[in-house]
Amino acid sequence: MLDVREESRPVALESAPEEARWRWKDLLDTDVLDPADIQLVMDTAEAMSEVRSRPMSKVATLRGTTVVTLFYEQSTRTRASFEVAAKALGADVVNLTASGSSVEKGESLIDTVRTLEAIGADLVVMRHGKSGAPYLAARHSKAGIINGGDGTHAHPTQALLDLFTMRRHLGDLAGRKVLIVGDILHSRVARSNIWTLVSAGAEVTLCGPATLLPTSLAGRSERGSVKVTTNLDQAIAGADVVMALRIQKERAERGLIPSLREYIRGYQVNARRLALAAPGALVMHPGPMNEGIEISPEIAHGVGSVIEEQVSNGVAVRMAILYLMATARTA
Amino acid sequence: MSERILIVGGRVVDSASGTDALLDVLVEGGVVRAIGPGLGGDGARRVDASGCIVSPGFVDLHAHLREPGFEQKGTIATETEAALRGGFTTICAMPNTLPAPDSGSIVESLLERIARDARVRVLPIGCTTRGRNGSEVAEMSELAAAGCVAFSDDGNPVAHGAVMRNAMMLAGSLGLPVSEHCDDPVLSAGGVMNEGRVSERLGLAGQPVTAEISAIARNIALCEATGTRLHIAHVTTARGLEMVADAKRRGLPLTCEVTPSHLFLTEDAVFGGGKEAAYDTNAKINPPLRTEADRRALCAGLNAGIIDAIATDHAPHAIEDKLCEFDNAAFGISCFETALGTLLTQVGRGELDLHAVLRALTTGPVAAFALAAKAPGAGRLAEGSRADITVFDPNQSWVVDVQRFASKGKNSPLHGLELTGRVRAVVVAGELAFAEEVAHA
Repeated sequence: MLDVREESRPVALESAPEEARWRWKDLLDTDVLDPADIQLVMDTAEAMSEVRSRPMSKVATLRGTTVVTLFYEQSTRTRASFEVAAKALGADVVNLTASGSSVEKGESLIDTVRTLEAIGADLVVMRHGKSGAPYLAARHSKAGIINGGDGTHAHPTQALLDLFTMRRHLGDLAGRKVLIVGDILHSRVARSNIWTLVSAGAEVTLCGPATLLPTSLAGRSERGSVKVTTNLDQAIAGADVVMALRIQKERAERGLIPSLREYIRGYQVNARRLALAAPGALVMHPGPMNEGIEISPEIAHGVGSVIEEQVSNGVAVRMAILYLMATARTA
Repeated sequence: MSERILIVGGRVVDSASGTDALLDVLVEGGVVRAIGPGLGGDGARRVDASGCIVSPGFVDLHAHLREPGFEQKGTIATETEAALRGGFTTICAMPNTLPAPDSGSIVESLLERIARDARVRVLPIGCTTRGRNGSEVAEMSELAAAGCVAFSDDGNPVAHGAVMRNAMMLAGSLGLPVSEHCDDPVLSAGGVMNEGRVSERLGLAGQPVTAEISAIARNIALCEATGTRLHIAHVTTARGLEMVADAKRRGLPLTCEVTPSHLFLTEDAVFGGGKEAAYDTNAKINPPLRTEADRRALCAGLNAGIIDAIATDHAPHAIEDKLCEFDNAAFGISCFETALGTLLTQVGRGELDLHAVLRALTTGPVAAFALAAKAPGAGRLAEGSRADITVFDPNQSWVVDVQRFASKGKNSPLHGLELTGRVRAVVVAGELAFAEEVAHA
């Protein structure tokens, strides 16, 4: 997995404030990040985006850094995005999945991360089906743990790339209306987005069937607010951003929704509903999409859609995270 | 063989007799020989109880000793030593062992182990259903004859209403109570903590309060219909407690218990004390830690005497049972050695009343399981009765260090916390079974 291609020019970080420094060993969720932390990620991601736009889009900044992707759940975009990001910075990347590794032989999570640390992993990007698993790994490893999605809890890099994407189009998010539609209760994307969006001063509305809404997440901070509602037609009115979430068929099997048909009726983001949103509203989706279920195809690929842009911004944001965390370790 | 012990200068608090005075206690020949001021005890071993409270040894209706079957978590020897150090001198052993005590021969074998290894008096609770399977009522008369003091399927609530009804009718005919973990397993399925603010924050599956409330409602109805004594194990919800209070007002033969953990902690313990989520598996118990409003209601219910007993639900686990992902972690807290400390810390805060706490550790549980005849002297200090005595200093501060637990279970969310109130000496059947070296001047 060694990557030897390199380029001599250092990453330009002129836009990052002098005093701004990354202060976290791990990135487990966005809830602990203060506005300065988030600004640092955004500024660094801008610089990385510039690097990505160069003809030779690789640098050697993280040469000698070993990044392990440890995926206990399947993933296409997150794992690939991290791998591309790490390689673009010149890091060595090792990809591990639960199947085919000692995890299948019953090795505990703690033993696995300690083994990776002993091998020389500096950063471990981890996806796990159990909420909180990266916190356990982080407590028992000196390697920096990056949460690539844990159960139904958090997905911090997704939230940061979503924020990056929104700010590119809308600028300051203070007072902007961001609507997240779908299975909020089981969504790690929604949860991590709440913290970054509230921190940015947005007015967040969470909308979905009553059985899939965590009502206790509603509230107001001095910066932004979170509202919870089951009525999509009302919630979408005037929205600047409409983010649809993937609905899993399993929710219908467990009786949380009567059927996918019923879900579509109440919660599909489609042309009729999008017409109620603010003019030029951004349409987002963390993927993978069930087109025709939570989002209609013409909207998913329509003029307001920034769904593919989310994916490409994901690489720049993950480069920023890897860069900040790796350099903070050596500082 | 028996020692003469003179406990000098302590404040004797005995709920059974209403005693609360500075008195000496002389123990001789396994029994309390005399209780009175300025007792002489020539040649007796003196226990200086100045500044301390001298109480009947505590009685616990709900403990997990893990033997037989789960000796890596705890044994009768280790867990009764932990009980002793916590001031508990009579404990009821829950039947979630392997094999589970669902026949006379298993209970007899258990009693042999207890006679050999136990440091305090242990009373077995028999299974409500065969193998705790929830579908066939256990052979209750044989279990009663073998010495079981109550029936319970412990953490497997009897979900099937007709099975529970039959079990209660049969238990009632034997004069024994059924202790039931009130939970609707369909409503709480998959839940690993209380459903609410913290579970939604952490992305963990929750157990709704309705799971406990609806099960309590059903079981109160069965209690009323059968007339059998029903003991509600570890009530955790404000609403559940209200229903218990209402049933008691109506005169039903109903008792209930609360754990020190649910009196002291809330669901926030799962999040942890810091800014970053801790996912503290040591705070994972079943039924789960609830909200602050529930906790306050439980404290009020204890002070008002609605709650009959404080029961530890002492649940030791091996390290690997807890050092894992939250969903995969075992339920339970190792509680014997911190129970009195948290209770007295709450007395110090003004949350709990000392006399209510001591009543719920002594006469309350004895009455709930009608143990007076089966465990003579339990929960009371009376001249001529078996000497089970706990001496504790209500003002001594100490820091919880799980590595110093006698229990094999180091699974406590209280590790590192300072508590006020500590057991100093324990007499079991007239023997000074535990005495902490006097540290204070």
